Amino acid sequence: MDNSRQLFQYILSGLSNGAIYALIGFGFAIIHNATGIINFAQGEFVMLGGMFTLFFVAFLNLPLIPAIILAILVSTIVGIVFERLAVRPLKNAKPLSIVIITIGASILIRGIAMLVWGKDTHAVPAFSGSNPLYIVGATIMPQHLWIFAIAVLIIIGNKIFFSYSIIGKAMRACAYNAQAASLVGIDVKTMVLFSFIISSAIGSLAGIIIAPLTMTSYDVGIMLGLKGFCAVIIGGMSSGLGTVLGGLLLGLLESLGAGYLSASYKDAIAFIILLLILFIRPEGLFKKKETERV
Amino acid sequence: MNLPQAKSEKGAAAVLRIKNITKIFGGLTALEDVSFEVKDGSITGVIGPNGAGKTTLFNIVTGLYSQTSGDVYLGDKNISFFAPETLAGMGIVRTFQNVELFSEMTVLENVMVGLHTKSKSGIISCAFKLPSQIKEEKYIKEKAMHWLEFTGLADHADIEAANLPFGKGRILEISRALAVEPQVILMDEPAAGLNSLETSQLAMLIKRIRQSGITIVLVEHDMELVMNVCDSIVVLNLGKKLAEGTPREIQENQEVIAAYLGEG
Amino acid sequence: MTKEKREIIIFSIFTLAVLIIPFFLRGSYYLNVLVFIGINTLLAVALNLLLGYAGQISLGHAAFFGLGAYISGVLTTRFGLDPWLVLVIAAAASGSLAFIIGFPILKLKGHYLAMATLGLGIIMYIIFNETVAVTGGPSGLSGIPNMHLGALIFDNDMNNYYLIWIITLIVMLLSINLSQSRIGRALRAIHNSEVAARVMGVNARILKVQIFTVSALISAVAGSLYAHTMTFISPASFGFNFSVELVTMVIIGGLGSIYGSFLGAAILTVLPEFLRVLQDFDIIVYGLLLIIMTMYLPGGLINGLQKIVEFAAGKVGKRGGSGA
Ligand SMILES: Nc1ncnc2c1ncn2[C@@H]1O[C@H](COP(=O)(O)OP(=O)(O)O)[C@@H](O)[C@H]1O
Ligand SMILES: [Mg+2]
Repeated sequence: MDNSRQLFQYILSGLSNGAIYALIGFGFAIIHNATGIINFAQGEFVMLGGMFTLFFVAFLNLPLIPAIILAILVSTIVGIVFERLAVRPLKNAKPLSIVIITIGASILIRGIAMLVWGKDTHAVPAFSGSNPLYIVGATIMPQHLWIFAIAVLIIIGNKIFFSYSIIGKAMRACAYNAQAASLVGIDVKTMVLFSFIISSAIGSLAGIIIAPLTMTSYDVGIMLGLKGFCAVIIGGMSSGLGTVLGGLLLGLLESLGAGYLSASYKDAIAFIILLLILFIRPEGLFKKKETERV
Repeated sequence: MNLPQAKSEKGAAAVLRIKNITKIFGGLTALEDVSFEVKDGSITGVIGPNGAGKTTLFNIVTGLYSQTSGDVYLGDKNISFFAPETLAGMGIVRTFQNVELFSEMTVLENVMVGLHTKSKSGIISCAFKLPSQIKEEKYIKEKAMHWLEFTGLADHADIEAANLPFGKGRILEISRALAVEPQVILMDEPAAGLNSLETSQLAMLIKRIRQSGITIVLVEHDMELVMNVCDSIVVLNLGKKLAEGTPREIQENQEVIAAYLGEG
Repeated sequence: MTKEKREIIIFSIFTLAVLIIPFFLRGSYYLNVLVFIGINTLLAVALNLLLGYAGQISLGHAAFFGLGAYISGVLTTRFGLDPWLVLVIAAAASGSLAFIIGFPILKLKGHYLAMATLGLGIIMYIIFNETVAVTGGPSGLSGIPNMHLGALIFDNDMNNYYLIWIITLIVMLLSINLSQSRIGRALRAIHNSEVAARVMGVNARILKVQIFTVSALISAVAGSLYAHTMTFISPASFGFNFSVELVTMVIIGGLGSIYGSFLGAAILTVLPEFLRVLQDFDIIVYGLLLIIMTMYLPGGLINGLQKIVEFAAGKVGKRGGSGA
């Protein structure tokens, strides 16, 4: 009984972390599909989400909901500024330059966060208290339910947006062929801006909903960002089901590995999976291989 | 197993043989069961409307793409699925439709890279400047200058390739390919973007290259150039071989005329 | 020929300067800074071979530096092996790891390569931290012996300066030679157009792995020297931040320039001394530097310097010409 309860606990926390990784992964995919860029600063938006929420709640004494909304807004503005200042001027830059610029931006954002909020780790209040619920003998934190609910909403919202809305469809057209899209009158630049808006918003929201479980500090963005990247690689750079599965798989493996093998190597598990996928199936687990254009 | 070397009626051996090549990208069939031979020392034109599969064919022959089915032979040897660098060593080299120069290197250095297969100093002997490496370096430089003189770019040797006028860039690609001392050069639209003077100079250069014993496969849209320099022509349309023959035969072929007219 | 001569003259002047500087700094704290500039130059040159010449990014190079340091530290403190022997073992082990991992990792391009090397770096960092029984874990490994040469022990800044800088100068010279050879050209060709390089007969796959191996090997030598100089090491020196710092050195100095690597290493070693008021906030400056340099001065400072020198020389030349 005790064993199976423990297993349940591992699975639960694995799935909720996994849902977060999937959301962060979406952010990578949305920007990558619009621009061909892997945004190394993606994790920083996750950090900003949590830190701003904390800031608004703890220092400005705002109620939680307005604090969250403000935090998403401010993080998104950072995303817009980033796109304007560092991405838009690039145009035909080499991948190497883009990698370096987004890394530069990521350490810059992290550094400023450290300057503003210090190096301490902060607890963020849970959305609806921290009294565990008991379900079939297992404990579950209300925050887990929040994570699942919000993640499912975002996944569905994301799907609807890209399948049915005009802007979403235009963004997909850009992802498929930017030149053709601009020929039929789609403003590619605006779509790129939208991709940064959406992915910084989703990223910061992911950071907000996980912060109560994991605590937050100026440097959580590195690890969370990399794990989101791992999820989206498993999912073949899609902002869809593949990445959700990728995130959940990663979350589960990580949590079970930490529980049954070694807790201290928890983070290493994600990176070993990342390397294995990149080595063996860089196109993701669920996609067919394509001939790369020369 | 040694396949007998295919001999043409005039007795020239086929240096390159394309056999039943099919290439499918996802759902798109870019090449379908294409076969033809390139005779030793000839200039063979490959023409066809945009999207016909010409560049894809070059990519397969030079090892950049893998075909879905079919084979490529160099002489008697099946070279299907060989890597580009292996093929360069065996004497197959190409130029690119969208010029692919080493843009941050000088013109001379670009051609010196072409001599990579003709030299062999490794990391150690290069780092320690062993005598053999110094000798080799001298050889590479002289040989590269020789090819620049051959193509008329010697005056530009020390210019960075990115700063070369477009037309000269195309010539540099050819110079670099010549440095490999290939059996076969595949040229992908070498006249695209050239003015008429440059095009006629290119025609002369192509003929001089052939005179030096190198076989040429030429993809080109400039029909005057194609008809002027080619010994035989293969026409591709929508991934299929539409016709094959001498320039005159192709010019009179109704199907070819229809395909081109249909194209606009 | 003239270009080659100029190259020899520049290197001779540089060497001379490096060799005589300590006489002006005897007993000074700056000598210690110069020792670290030497180690960082070694690392920046190593990374530059990969990043600046072959155009392949590594965001995990601190791992090879750390591997060199830990192999040296562990084998000398726990098994009492000779520091020189251990330096060779460290270089060989780090090179072997790079060679093995190089085949799958260098198949990746651009962003994917960056992420994979970053992952590799973090895995190694976790290993340094968690194998407490071997490495001492987060609290580090102390008591590493100094290098020695017979009775000469490298236990002060002056001795360490010469030890490290002589090795650095040798590596710089070999790297300059390499960059001007067929291998250097092939690497730059891969950087410019890997497809065209392969069609010209360059075996890009093998060559990238080879240069990755050489780069890891040099980084491990730097790590070993670092361990024997500091006599204490801890994982914090070999994390992601240091990998980024190395990339910053190479970019600031100038991609594909060996002297640029020195310049970048020098600036990033000295900068924290000036930024001490900023404490840990120097990473803000690094972030800004990375963005600004990449956007506005992609050739790095060495390129900017060269332009200034050429400009000045041009002016002087003109003036001389008109005067004559
Ligand atoms: N790597 C690739 N992936 C998918 N489709 C490709 C690829 N390369 C070429 N194609 C397609 O194959 C067809 C033939 O292209 P190509 O060989 O470039 O034609 P051509 O050189 O005759 O103009 C085109 O429809 C092109 O879009
Ligand atoms: Mg073409």
